[in-house]
Amino acid sequence: MRLIDNLQQRLFRWKTDGTAPIRLDQRRIFILPSQGGLLYSLALVVMLLGAINYNLALGHALVFLLAGLGLTGMVHTFRNLHGLGITAGRCTPVFVGETAQFELIIDNNRPTPRRDLNFAAEKGLSSVIAVNGHDQAKILVPLPARQRGWLTLPRIHLSTRYPLGLFTAWSYLQPAMRCLAYPQPITTTLPESTLPTKGNASHGLGGQEDFAGFRERQPADALRHVAWKASARNNGQRPLLIKLFAGGSDAELSLDWSATDPGQSVETRLSILAGWVLEANGLNLTYGLRLPGREIPAANGQSHSERCLEALALFSP
Amino acid sequence: MSTAHQENLARDVPPWLFVSALVTTLPHVTHLPLWLSVLSGTFFLWATWLWRQDRRQPKRWLLLLLVVGCCVGILSEFRSPFGRDPGVAMLVIFMAMKLLEMRSRRDAIVLLMLGYFLLLTHYFYSQSIFTGAWLLVALWLVTATLIRLHATAMSAKENMHYAGQLLLQSLPFMLVLYLLFPRISGPLWGMPQDAYSGKTGLSDSMSPGSIANLVQSGEIAFRVRFAGPVPQRHQLYWRGPVLESFDGTTWRQSMGRRRAETIQHTGDVTAYETTLEAHNQRWLLALDAPVSLPADAALDGRLSALAQKMVNTRQNFRISSALNYQLNTDESPGVLSHNLKLPPGNNPKTRAMAEEWRATLGNPQAIVNQALRWFSDPAFVYTLQPPLLGPNSIDDFLFQSKRGFCEHYATAFVVLMRSAGIPARVIGGYQGGEMNPRDGFLVVRQSEAHAWAEVWLEKRGWIRVDPTSVVAPDRITNGIVEALPSGEPLPIFMQMHGGWLRDMRHRWEAINNTWNQQVLGYDAKRQLELLSRLGLPEADWRNLVIALGIACGALLILIMLWALHNAKPEAPEIRLWRRALRKTGVDCAPWETPMALVERLQAKQPALIPQMEPVVRHFLLARYAPDNTEHLAALRAAVASLPRRRPD
Repeated sequence: MRLIDNLQQRLFRWKTDGTAPIRLDQRRIFILPSQGGLLYSLALVVMLLGAINYNLALGHALVFLLAGLGLTGMVHTFRNLHGLGITAGRCTPVFVGETAQFELIIDNNRPTPRRDLNFAAEKGLSSVIAVNGHDQAKILVPLPARQRGWLTLPRIHLSTRYPLGLFTAWSYLQPAMRCLAYPQPITTTLPESTLPTKGNASHGLGGQEDFAGFRERQPADALRHVAWKASARNNGQRPLLIKLFAGGSDAELSLDWSATDPGQSVETRLSILAGWVLEANGLNLTYGLRLPGREIPAANGQSHSERCLEALALFSP
Repeated sequence: MSTAHQENLARDVPPWLFVSALVTTLPHVTHLPLWLSVLSGTFFLWATWLWRQDRRQPKRWLLLLLVVGCCVGILSEFRSPFGRDPGVAMLVIFMAMKLLEMRSRRDAIVLLMLGYFLLLTHYFYSQSIFTGAWLLVALWLVTATLIRLHATAMSAKENMHYAGQLLLQSLPFMLVLYLLFPRISGPLWGMPQDAYSGKTGLSDSMSPGSIANLVQSGEIAFRVRFAGPVPQRHQLYWRGPVLESFDGTTWRQSMGRRRAETIQHTGDVTAYETTLEAHNQRWLLALDAPVSLPADAALDGRLSALAQKMVNTRQNFRISSALNYQLNTDESPGVLSHNLKLPPGNNPKTRAMAEEWRATLGNPQAIVNQALRWFSDPAFVYTLQPPLLGPNSIDDFLFQSKRGFCEHYATAFVVLMRSAGIPARVIGGYQGGEMNPRDGFLVVRQSEAHAWAEVWLEKRGWIRVDPTSVVAPDRITNGIVEALPSGEPLPIFMQMHGGWLRDMRHRWEAINNTWNQQVLGYDAKRQLELLSRLGLPEADWRNLVIALGIACGALLILIMLWALHNAKPEAPEIRLWRRALRKTGVDCAPWETPMALVERLQAKQPALIPQMEPVVRHFLLARYAPDNTEHLAALRAAVASLPRRRPD
């Protein structure tokens, strides 16, 4: 296996591309006949034998035209990738179990469109895009997040069969991109004990008059917080909505590592903490996070929750 | 979008597939059995209906059942799974049924490959210009469909345009391959029996009415180009089979080999090249008497030129003939006595008359003249519709009906001669021909089929005698249309006397002839000629392969250059900026401005600052200053002075 890896490394010039824009040139595009191409060439051989046997002048011409078509198709498939510009874009953090979407910006410097560009970071999980002539397009390359922490974009397999499907041209891209994967949140009730006694015991879910608006549901939000009526108005076109409540409780909540069950594994405890952060953020509480060796002072708001989640994602015991 | 989704066919793809299936199979309707055409059409309509209604396609087991049923049907229709016709029938029915099983892109690709394959099968039946043009359009459509399979959101116009572009770019490859691909003169394996069926032409036997039937056909039998002046029409006797055995109704060729002819010719020799259409016989239809033949042909002892193999494709032969000749003055007694044989018993009146002539006239030449004088009686009518004759057909014809076509006259004349003791035989072939003024080829059609007689006279050998020339002199000098009385059921093409119609026909046939000669007639022989003209004499297949490789390689390089240099070049300052980054090994993110980069370098790699600072300054000026030529030069110098990074 080592040998094959080495060989591939040399043959395909696998190396990281850094963050600079990539322009595909002939040295990094590879091309081989596809299954359809093999079928095509087999058909051509049989047709040629038939044309010879039956002495068909036009049969010869047809076979030769088709052979020429195959060659032209090969060049055009190659050309569909050649000169394509790829620039790394952004990637919003995701929770473990979700699929990270790495954004790439595809630049077509040619007046003719390029089609059927397949991007796959993992086998069987690809996204297709076409770019118009002298245009740019964004593509999201999906990659499932399986572990918390930094998810580095692996080598991307960019392939195309356009126009005739007889050849597959491909290239390997390795733009330096990473995406933060937060621990998979586990929804539990917020730690009661940390609530100050003078506070409102209703977790800020308080009176109807405190209603402050909606926000889109995050995957970690508990289903019971969904505003079903408001969401129904969107006809399922948009993510579900969560009710937001202003104020409610101005109590300071401390989400503490030590408050989680010490019998659980580190990952589970982080998941519980992530669930708390989401819940507290959903209730617009003011909360702080306390981890061994790290403490984030109490605050509230989206950026605060992102900070907390990042700390959880990158936590090493 | 996941892979599985992409492998499913988009809703707007099937119409393309339907059209592709239709154009690749439709011309076969003309020769498929009716039930197969109807069945294929039904499958086609079924598939389109399912698509329009957005219904599920039939289950696998049902399709399998249908396939088995169709195969059984085809087997019982053709009695064999092998051969051209059952093969084509299978392909057509598979194509129609594949439309009922189109679930994924892979199914569609199989269908289109089948379509490409089906295109070839049309050439089994016709290689005319029209077929060629139809198939080019079909090829275009199939290719566009193949593109459609691999492209989303593409308009039909754009799609056809792109397919056309691809095909145009493939044309040079086709030309090179057509000219240089080593030609093997087939067949590679035994030909199925039906490979050459359905060809019209003279047969090796003749009975009353057989030539009259042939005359109804306007098909071209062969074309001739004379090297010198064209002989006069009454000299144009194109010899086919020599018929020496008579059983009372039918004339047949006699078996057995003959010794070689002795031909003494005087006067000029006429040289010409015949392009013979396939007729599934061996005779070349040379002018009497051929004195030089191509290497793969020979005379059969009866002055008929025969090819070594059956002429079952269009072929060219170079022949020279002497129009004034004496044939076999020393004919062997065996042959002569064979040419006196008559079936015993019938035609008593004819025999009696001939014997009377023999007794009164004695001299064979006088008997021949007497017979011709007998036929010049105006009571004899030249017609395509002779009445049916009884068992003593010659008696009936000569003394009662007196209506007949060339085969009747030739037959009656030969029977008369044999009865009078003069060796005689019937010759089948063609007489005359029509000069096409457009290309100078003499066109001989099936309608020029003819039968005449030959008698053997002491010291003069075999002499051609054509009784038809006495009955209907116009047949020989002006052709059949002039010779027949009005009201004869002639096909329309023959009645085109009109100037422009005739001219159109001549033009069209001249185009066809050019197509046949230049495009279809390109074979191993012509390939060698072309190569020797290009300075490659004695080329064998190895040279050809080398030449082919070079030519195709050159074409590939050309098209590659086109493909790669179509991109708009980047502005020079951007290229220089990139080169500077490459040389220093600095990584610059797209969102990072040059100034931000300098800041970062100051913090992290201060050693690079003295080198990078001028580069950044000149780059910004070259990029954004109104007049940048000066800055561009400065940038170029700054980049050039950067030290090359050591490889890590």
